[in-house]
Amino acid sequence: MSEFVIELVDVVKRFATPEGNEVTAVDHVSLQIRHGEFFSLLGPSGCGKTTSLRMIAGFEWPTSGEVLIDGKPMGRTPPFWRPVNTVFQSYALFQHMTVFQNVAFGLEMDKTPASEIKHRVGEALEMVKLSGMERRKPRQLSGGQQQRVALARALVKRPKVLLLDEPLGALDLKLRREMQIELKTLQEQVGITFIYVTHDQEEALTMSDRITVMNRGKALQTGSPVEIYERPNCRFVADFIGQANFFAGKMLAFDDQGARVAIPALQTELIGQPVGNLEPGQAVAVSIRPEKVRIAQEPAFGSNSVRGRVIHTTYIGSNTHVLLELAGGVRINAWEQNKISTLDPKAYFLPGQEIWANLFPENVLILPED
Amino acid sequence: MAASTRGTVLKKRRLSLAALRESTTAQGLALIAPTALYLLVFMIVPMILVGILSLMTRGPYGNVVYRLNFDNYTRLIDPLYLRILMYSIGVGAATTLITLVIGYPLAYYIARVPARQRNVLLFLILVPFWTNFIIRIYAWIMILRTEGLLNSFLLNLGLIKVPLDILYTPTAVLIGMVYEFLPFMILPLYTSLEKIENAQLEAAADLGARPLASFLRITFPLSLPGITAGSILTFIPAMGMFVVPDLMGGAKTILIGNLVRNQFLTARDWPFGAASSMLLMFLTLAMTLYYTRKVGFSEDLLV
Repeated sequence: MSEFVIELVDVVKRFATPEGNEVTAVDHVSLQIRHGEFFSLLGPSGCGKTTSLRMIAGFEWPTSGEVLIDGKPMGRTPPFWRPVNTVFQSYALFQHMTVFQNVAFGLEMDKTPASEIKHRVGEALEMVKLSGMERRKPRQLSGGQQQRVALARALVKRPKVLLLDEPLGALDLKLRREMQIELKTLQEQVGITFIYVTHDQEEALTMSDRITVMNRGKALQTGSPVEIYERPNCRFVADFIGQANFFAGKMLAFDDQGARVAIPALQTELIGQPVGNLEPGQAVAVSIRPEKVRIAQEPAFGSNSVRGRVIHTTYIGSNTHVLLELAGGVRINAWEQNKISTLDPKAYFLPGQEIWANLFPENVLILPED
Repeated sequence: MAASTRGTVLKKRRLSLAALRESTTAQGLALIAPTALYLLVFMIVPMILVGILSLMTRGPYGNVVYRLNFDNYTRLIDPLYLRILMYSIGVGAATTLITLVIGYPLAYYIARVPARQRNVLLFLILVPFWTNFIIRIYAWIMILRTEGLLNSFLLNLGLIKVPLDILYTPTAVLIGMVYEFLPFMILPLYTSLEKIENAQLEAAADLGARPLASFLRITFPLSLPGITAGSILTFIPAMGMFVVPDLMGGAKTILIGNLVRNQFLTARDWPFGAASSMLLMFLTLAMTLYYTRKVGFSEDLLV
């Protein structure tokens, strides 16, 4: 048994467009997914995440490179010989079959004995809380229920890997949240590797053990949710996951706290954490997340402190979003947690107020400019 | 005086327009009225007339004697007419089956090619309708007759020694019928096959279905509405067809359509012709109902 249940080795996929052009949907992607992992492919639409998933399922074949399942190169193995199953974005339930027949379909294809089919379908439906719905047709179910049938239909085959292509995309927010927790619980229960394609960063952060962020066919960064959020390796990842303030800068030198960068717009230098291989003199993107900007009346010791003014505040309950204007007219967002319950307006920041924005060096990331 | 009358007329019209605007029932009636009127004048009334006519008697000079009786229907039980009837059903069923067997792969192919080619192929299916049906039948006669295109082609190739006798046989009738009704089978089949999402077939493959299993369990059942619609559109007119048997089957092949036509135009026995056509109508109706019950008639059929 290989250490990795799924491996993509330098996979490229090109498509011919109807206009006769060629587009590269997946551009030299390598991934290694471990047994039992909840792994997400995250990125904006058209980033190649669904194509990658379809190559694992066998609906597409790589133009070059190799997909390995359990250490075995798949080559042009058709979907029906691969030990993986898919939950489709549109569910793709068989409309002319009942819920029972839908879930039983895969087992019938494997020539499983009828008594075992009955038992396993019952089990699968119980797992997704659809017992008693066996004789309904998909059309008679709600979107959430159809989603569960699609899940049961794929899981009943006990695949090595379950592939999920934005399975919650069609559900409303509340149901989405519920299903996120349910999916995660289910995955822990059955112990099957889940590969989950989504464009929703919150969804990916909530559920995944590891995430690969993709853009324009390339896998930019792979890591745990904390790694992806706290140590993005490029500007795109920092921007796509959560929110971030960016300054254009130039690397000056490394020092004991990290590295120094010149920020021409702020007419100052900042100290921050360099990510990746950076050379002095290189153009960089300096980023700090809004919740990590500390607003105070005084400059803080050991911090990059920049003079600024409050432009606008938005109270949203748990937080107050503050728009700041720093020296040189640069505007940044800062989120202050409302930790004290009070009606006193002076407890919150007021537009026009002169303040210091403290950008602590551990919160400032220095990223290669894309 | 005149002005005031006009005033009330306008007022009345305004009232009725207002009523129309408010009542959805009135709107519905107004919308179906033209169609209902058309069907009443050109279908319901003629059918009642034919029904009444079938209960009358032929006079000595081909006129209609208005005396109520069921003689025309008892006459139809004659083995001669029963044979024509059975033969018509046979030809109708054979036509339907052959068009289905030829049409299904074609429709399947058209539904699976890229959209741009699809339109070209559908267009090609419909092109023959630009020429009159009778002319196209004569073209088939040119091809099939003893000294025709097909025979000279095969003779020249040396594949046959003696010309094939196809024209004026039941085979020729079947060829003509299949040719005529093929588009009526292909179009509804195409409609139902085209609606099957690719994701459904991908899901089947994903769950372990080989291509054949995927066809039998997914594609075929989902295309049943198209099969039903195509079969009805082929079987009903094929049962009543008289032009093709007349021109391509010679005098030997008489279908129930020919019987009806002959009674009205040659034998001048209108009441018996009316009874025959009533029989044809009830027969097709009964068989269609049975068929749709058996295969399933869903709302998809009408799309």
